[in-house]
Amino acid sequence: MEFAELIKTPRVDNVVLHRPFYPAVEGTLCLTGHHLILSSRQDNTEELWLLHSNIDAIDKRFVGPLGTIIIKCKDFRIIQLDIPGMEECLNIASSIEALSTLDSITLMYPFFYRPMFEVIEDGWHSFLPEQEFELYSSATSEWRLSYVNKEFAVCPSYPPIVIVPKAIDDEALRKVATFRHGGRFPVLSYYHKKNGMVIMRSGQPLTGTNGRRCKEDEKLINATLRAGKRGYIIDTRPLNVAQQARAKGGGFEQEAHYPQWRRIHKSIERYHILQESLIKLVEACNDQTHNMDRWLSRLEASNWLTHIKEILTTACLAAQCLDREGASILIHGTEGTDSTLQVTSLAQIILEPRSRTIQGFEALIEREWLQAGHPFQQRCAQSAYCNSKQKWESPVFLLFLDCVWQILRQFPCSFEFNENLLIMLFEHAYASQFGTFLGNNESERCKLKLQQKTMSLWSWVNRPSELSKFANPLFEANNLVIWPSVAPQSLQLWEGIFLRWNRSSKYLDEAYEEMVNIIEYNKELQAKVNILRRQLAELETEDGMQESP
Amino acid sequence: MNKDIKVENVRLVDGISSKKAALGTLYLTATHVIFVENAPDTRKETWILHSQISTIEKQATTATGCPLLVRCKNFQLLQLVIPQERDCHDVYISLLRLARPVKYEELYCFSFNPKLDREEREQGWMLIDLSEEYKRMGLPNNYWQLSDVNRDYRVCDSYPTQLYVPKSATAHIIVGSSKFRSRRRFPALSYYYKDNHVSICRSSQPLSGFSARCLEDEQMLQAIRKASPGSDFIYVVDTRPKLNAMANRAAGKGYENEDNYSNIKFQFIGIENIHVMRNSLQKMLEVCELKSPSMSDFLWGLENSGWLRHIKAIMDAGIFIAKAVSEEGASVLVHCSDGWDRTAQACSVAGLLLDPHYRTLKGFMVLIEKDWISFGHKFNHRYGNLDGDPREISPVIDQFIECVWQLMEQFPCAFEFNERFLIHIQHHIYSCQFGNFLCNSQKERQELKIQERTYSLWAHLWKNRGDYLNPLFRDDPSQTQGTLHLPTMPCNFMYKFWSGMYNRFEKGLQPRQSVTDYLMAVKEETQQLEEELEALEERLERIQKVQLNRTQVKSKQSEPSKHSGFSTSDNSTANTPQDYSGNMKSFPSRSPSQGDEDSALILTQDNLKSSDPDLSANSDQESGVEDLSCRSPSGGECVPGEDSGKDRDSDEAVFLTA
Repeated sequence: MEFAELIKTPRVDNVVLHRPFYPAVEGTLCLTGHHLILSSRQDNTEELWLLHSNIDAIDKRFVGPLGTIIIKCKDFRIIQLDIPGMEECLNIASSIEALSTLDSITLMYPFFYRPMFEVIEDGWHSFLPEQEFELYSSATSEWRLSYVNKEFAVCPSYPPIVIVPKAIDDEALRKVATFRHGGRFPVLSYYHKKNGMVIMRSGQPLTGTNGRRCKEDEKLINATLRAGKRGYIIDTRPLNVAQQARAKGGGFEQEAHYPQWRRIHKSIERYHILQESLIKLVEACNDQTHNMDRWLSRLEASNWLTHIKEILTTACLAAQCLDREGASILIHGTEGTDSTLQVTSLAQIILEPRSRTIQGFEALIEREWLQAGHPFQQRCAQSAYCNSKQKWESPVFLLFLDCVWQILRQFPCSFEFNENLLIMLFEHAYASQFGTFLGNNESERCKLKLQQKTMSLWSWVNRPSELSKFANPLFEANNLVIWPSVAPQSLQLWEGIFLRWNRSSKYLDEAYEEMVNIIEYNKELQAKVNILRRQLAELETEDGMQESP
Repeated sequence: MNKDIKVENVRLVDGISSKKAALGTLYLTATHVIFVENAPDTRKETWILHSQISTIEKQATTATGCPLLVRCKNFQLLQLVIPQERDCHDVYISLLRLARPVKYEELYCFSFNPKLDREEREQGWMLIDLSEEYKRMGLPNNYWQLSDVNRDYRVCDSYPTQLYVPKSATAHIIVGSSKFRSRRRFPALSYYYKDNHVSICRSSQPLSGFSARCLEDEQMLQAIRKASPGSDFIYVVDTRPKLNAMANRAAGKGYENEDNYSNIKFQFIGIENIHVMRNSLQKMLEVCELKSPSMSDFLWGLENSGWLRHIKAIMDAGIFIAKAVSEEGASVLVHCSDGWDRTAQACSVAGLLLDPHYRTLKGFMVLIEKDWISFGHKFNHRYGNLDGDPREISPVIDQFIECVWQLMEQFPCAFEFNERFLIHIQHHIYSCQFGNFLCNSQKERQELKIQERTYSLWAHLWKNRGDYLNPLFRDDPSQTQGTLHLPTMPCNFMYKFWSGMYNRFEKGLQPRQSVTDYLMAVKEETQQLEEELEALEERLERIQKVQLNRTQVKSKQSEPSKHSGFSTSDNSTANTPQDYSGNMKSFPSRSPSQGDEDSALILTQDNLKSSDPDLSANSDQESGVEDLSCRSPSGGECVPGEDSGKDRDSDEAVFLTA
């Protein structure tokens, strides 16, 4: 297919662009296969470069011959284009609609993008599972790498390499895979070096209504327990949902078959409930007509912060079981690709200082989200302005990022990265020039040959010039566990995401700048003082040598 | 005076989220409730001033004793469990009496002695000088003069004696106008905006009823208008809801009729009355006291309290006035009913928006001194310092203080002071430890000889100003230049719940690391480095002079050794896990019945108090280390200084930085 077929009117003059907090700009609108570009042809005026894939929905309306297109982006921005000429306007609108909803992944921009920067380190090889495993292997010999899923035959949503108990062979893993939803047998998610306890994750057990059991499954997870120790199974679904799942062949670990494990049910929502929550929240944030009370009730009615509280609470509980109770845990919901990953990754943020560094956090995203098979392609297909109501669209990843932001707000000095890194990840998960978030799992990414045909997001991020934007000036390494508060008073709306386009950030930016200046100036002085001290010491020794021959 | 009471084996539960009870001895002195823990290593003391006590509630006796719930005006909440019913009753009766003094002389400020000599005390009172402030505004000038019409409080006993009025307002006009205003609070200058030569004046409501008018009052408003020759009208802002103002007409009061006054523009801004505000705060505090509320409980409760809506109304009033003055160049007369509550709020918020001086430490003290203390805000009645009518109590200045915080959140570089400064001022408005906020008017304070018998809070805060500085404060750039511009759109999401104030004693709810304290420590270190750098350069120069003719020294680039000033002590994060599990218990020692899986689940869910962190806390080195908390040079939340705040408790650990 040629993009040209979809572009009936490639350019229109005298288009006026309206954006929040900027004066209107008049210029020429150009449509390319992947971008919407507005150029004012004045050197100093900012132009609009918008990826079609960032467009969530458009509205059009006409007043006489003047058409208006309102573009609602996946990053929640709303912009308006006034286009003279009804035909031009209709053409542009239909092109945008077609180009922003391309069916084929291989037509997406990452397959066409040619980077203009020098790649220092290829991000596709930045976080190899073998390397990650090495971090553990010095501390324990109870785990091994398994290549049982090399061809993605055992579990289509798992990566080729997973970490499993040493005592369990690949044959047993194959059997366990048949007993777990989507073939997602229990694998290692996190090893807590302090006490050797672990977090594992999996899909739900397929017990069905007649209470099917699987000896290998029991053996596998028991292999992670020390003698006489018990573990916890955290099921992210409420009990009644887990019970209902039995009717569809799913289920949960029954007491009788897993006597060394205690099950705890939490209730983290999934799918369209989260999507509706996001839609309501963004609607409330964009509506500036209501009074104070309606704002609070709309914030409440969106339930967004309720989800945040529930996810964070579950992650804290998991971390607490591990660190305070000294117990290993297994976490799953139904598929083990959504709420499960929220919990396992947030627990690591709380427990593991490394995951609070930039590299460590990237590794966490790579390991616990991308390789763990969170279906980004499906979940992030649409954002807050869509009305497609597909079951698979859901802001699971955004909720995770929001939870990280909540912890960052409570521990502003314990993270190497700042809010900008989280915002950047949100943007790229929904629309990107990089291939990182394409596909739903490693198997799909392999088939798409993303490593060969697209650029990795990490290749771009991990260059010094980019990294400096994401560095938290307040960071001071903190090797302790950080326990966030999950009380409603401690949780706030993430303004950097949800009010980003609705309020001026001028004064907040100024404050950030000032903070950076204070710290930079301090470092500068430290360096100067150190040089002078050294100089002086040298002078004084020489002086001393000369004066006392 | 009561004899001191002492009760042993009392258990203290501090705060809502606290699960631990400390065993100790309770003392009641003439001024404080003191609880000393038995734990021999700490002997932690909790001191509560009687004047901070808001309510005392006797709760149903339990097996462990009789609980007393003490709520404080600074939002602290304590539960004392006293073993014997009889003792509990004694403590209850004594506290009821002690918390409600009937004479000013019983208040703490008359016995508080910070060991300053007379001269120091007098100097303290001179720190804030309103005549200096009016000079700073550019007064007197061709249009405004200092009037002695209220000498000896002859015209209005709740006004100060020193007042600025338009030059053309004769004593006859002023007195005439005062007779037409509630409590004779005639229009007088609150703020003069030099840039546009316009004024903000304040008064009480006119006694207009349905048709009354007063020539002198009309002349008075005209005089105000003429004092700003550049503008051909003035705004009259009535800060009440229109309905309230109309209701007042039936009582012979009311608001200005635009037909009777030449060239006024009349505007209502609906700030509710003190009773609505009192109930609103009450409702919000109930939300704050909820034990493990859900997000919905909290947001619903917050909304139903209406608190943030009221804060916004006050901000709106200030914004309207500031805009009128700075953008339209029009003078404004502000009033409500008596002109001492909502009027004070509106005028001081407007001042804060308009004038960078009021956003400095000293300027903020001046602002409170001017708009609140001197103009007869009834501190005694509003904050219940002496036993009085509970319907007079209302968090009027608390709301103003919150408005300042809301502004600080939006303009982080615009204020010289930090959140702690606001919290400590709020604390001392209720503490009665300093004389500044005593009584209902200047006149009463003079009669009581406050300045000779008590100390000034302003001097105390000024002495400790290092604790109150905002490290991000910028002296020059855009936001401190002149007016703070708030968006014109109704951005309701700008107004947030102030957890640092209303949950300030629930430390678990606050961010665990304070950016303010961190940056202050960095700045402090920077200052030391600057001094060291200077000294080093001097020494280097001296040595080089000596060596002038000797060998040239090649200095190698040295890798800077990490300066350890603050960095080591700071990042340990005070922190133990909270109750994330609802009501779960630890593992049951025995496996629950295995056959019935659902009953096992019920056990897991409800009885499995899995992760009560206290189980492992003692054996875990982390709980000790983590309690080091983030750096907090002045002890964060602890009440200021050497005073009432012998609240050594939790902050002590913070300093174990070695």
